[in-house]
Amino acid sequence: MDISRIFAIAISMVFINNFILSKFLGLCPFLGVSKESKSALSMGFAVIFVMTSSALITWLIYDFVLLPFNMGYLRTIVFILVIASFVQFIEMVIRKSSPPLYKALGIYLPLITTNCAVLGVTILNVDNFFPGSSALPGSFVYSIFQAFFAGVGFMLALILMSGIRERLELADVPESLQGIPIAFVVASLMSLAFMGFSGFKF
Amino acid sequence: MKLIREFTKGITIDNPTFGLVLGLCPTLAVSTSVVNAVGMGLAATFVLLGSNTIISSLRRFIPERIRLPAFIVIIATFVTISEMILKAYFPALDKALGIFVPLIVVNCIILARAEAFASKNPVLPSVFDALGMGAGFTLALTSIAFIRELLGSGSIAGLITLKRFEPVTMFILAPGALLTLGLLIGLTNLLRIRKGKLALKKGGCCK
Amino acid sequence: MPDKLIVDVSPHIHSHESTPRAMWVVFLALVPSAIAGVIIFGLPALKIIAVSVLSCVLAEAVIQKLTHKKITVSDGSAALTGILLAFNLPSGVPLWIPVAGGIFAIAIVKQAFGGLGLNIFNPALAARAFLMASWPKYMTSFSRPFAGVDAVTAATPLDMLKEGKAQDLAQLGLSYWDMFLGKRGGSLGEICILALLLGALYLLWRGYIWWQTPISYVFTVGLLSWVFGTEGFLKGDFLFSILSGGLILGAFYMATDYVTTPLTKKGQLVFGLGCGLITFVIRRFGGYPEGVCYSILIMNAFVPLIDRHIRPRIYGLKK
Repeated sequence: MDISRIFAIAISMVFINNFILSKFLGLCPFLGVSKESKSALSMGFAVIFVMTSSALITWLIYDFVLLPFNMGYLRTIVFILVIASFVQFIEMVIRKSSPPLYKALGIYLPLITTNCAVLGVTILNVDNFFPGSSALPGSFVYSIFQAFFAGVGFMLALILMSGIRERLELADVPESLQGIPIAFVVASLMSLAFMGFSGFKF
Repeated sequence: MKLIREFTKGITIDNPTFGLVLGLCPTLAVSTSVVNAVGMGLAATFVLLGSNTIISSLRRFIPERIRLPAFIVIIATFVTISEMILKAYFPALDKALGIFVPLIVVNCIILARAEAFASKNPVLPSVFDALGMGAGFTLALTSIAFIRELLGSGSIAGLITLKRFEPVTMFILAPGALLTLGLLIGLTNLLRIRKGKLALKKGGCCK
Repeated sequence: MPDKLIVDVSPHIHSHESTPRAMWVVFLALVPSAIAGVIIFGLPALKIIAVSVLSCVLAEAVIQKLTHKKITVSDGSAALTGILLAFNLPSGVPLWIPVAGGIFAIAIVKQAFGGLGLNIFNPALAARAFLMASWPKYMTSFSRPFAGVDAVTAATPLDMLKEGKAQDLAQLGLSYWDMFLGKRGGSLGEICILALLLGALYLLWRGYIWWQTPISYVFTVGLLSWVFGTEGFLKGDFLFSILSGGLILGAFYMATDYVTTPLTKKGQLVFGLGCGLITFVIRRFGGYPEGVCYSILIMNAFVPLIDRHIRPRIYGLKK
């Protein structure tokens, strides 16, 4: 494990390969929850949490269950079930243990199950860190960081978008472009701006 | 007659992409060329057909409370099958579509059709619904890909390459995808407004 | 938007200044740099400026006509976008490049958001980023200064550093004085620092722009380049980093745009700092030699957040 690799993963996931702006993962919640900055913040935290813990669980399952039994092809089914039940479990735990937290995050948790960013990051981890059929050394930590920073990138785009959309409420956007179309135009311009980070070298 | 309507609604008024604004992630990611788009569209249609058929035939046996996990397992099974078929017979396409093949699982179109249609209707209408929605998705995906490929690479479906045209490379990059989809949905809205159907569908799968 | 009022930050002071006047004054402040660009790169530079301004103005007029809005091209904002866009182009680009850029700037970046005062991103810079993503080969071949009409391509000083072809000014064969006057490769309006500063000083003196953004921006870039220099810690070239690339043009004319930057002075300081940091990071580690355009665009996206968290003190209220 080395720090510079983690740093490279962080820059790559947040800026260069931002899940929303360059990989198109998690567009639905990006459009659905970015109308208001408060909910964007809560959603962002919820996504970071679920992504990081899903990466942890799925890495363990893939390395210790699926690979030894030669069932790598079952990853899609297994991962989506794991994520769905994990999210359900978290929802129950939070509801019982911390009502205020549930109020803040609870309604976003079910949305996260169908968020392709979560399943996306787990599959990306497997594709990146299990070449052939064994785990790369240190990949457990890398895959957790990769998921964490993918979530941070998601949150960054979500928060920027929510600020802009609140401002757009006052703008005289042509009727046919109001709502989702203009949000796409904003996302497109943000993505154009983030292209400035492409080709990073350390 | 009714079956035909189940088929056509997916292409026209309830078009999953432009009308219902569903399943956007793969729409943007794989629409860099017409070939990829058709491949993705067919894979999604296959999954949709399989899941709609099975879910509607099992609709009396799946308990209400655990229906969503059950749907997901059925959908994921068909996704895995299509993943294997692609890997075995179309490795190049599989590579181009990459992570978005397994991600068909979370494509909201498929879960939405299972929940909204197949779990409430008999098998035959469900099949037609799946075919219509699949065709609508494929069509939308292909038209976006057509525009992006034409502008971004200066070629038409990979067959004809335009001469004397400097391709606008941005259109095959991420910003171009977002822009094209935004403007196309805007155009659909404009046509609706012109027709007097002011009640825009404020869609989105996960809200 | 007839039933919504835009309320700016108090105190509201009566002024004879109007938006059109401010736009045209900024436009005029850019004229010396335009003249410098034409002197250095010859007639092609003049053509590009003219085509760019014309296509922006025409695009604005046509769109406003089509959407049945009042045609407001005389307010100078489209012309200003046009001249700024031209300043960001190499002088050797074919003439359809400014046309495409102008249409993108006005149609997508400005009018889709409702027109003047409502756009989120700087139209000229977004158009430059669009051109860069679409036709990089035209956007990165710069003409050699004073080469006449047969454009000879030359790398910009920042290109040379990035590719490791030169370490310092001496190896580039340039002096600070050359850099200041504009005897180097670069976009047609960014190179003559003297002319840019002349216009900027006038704008500062008359209060059309404020010092907060440009100063914090320029100093952040200079300081970071000095501290984390390529030759070693505290060995970077402060002056070179300021004089090269499009930093002065960006800091004084585009990071000070009224619409796409924060309202408060404190917010503008933060905006300049952010721009400086991103510019340095892209110059130093990124794939592109220059980061001014992208840094301002990225910070444009942060403006609503900056404005929310750094609010103006309510007038008359003690802290």
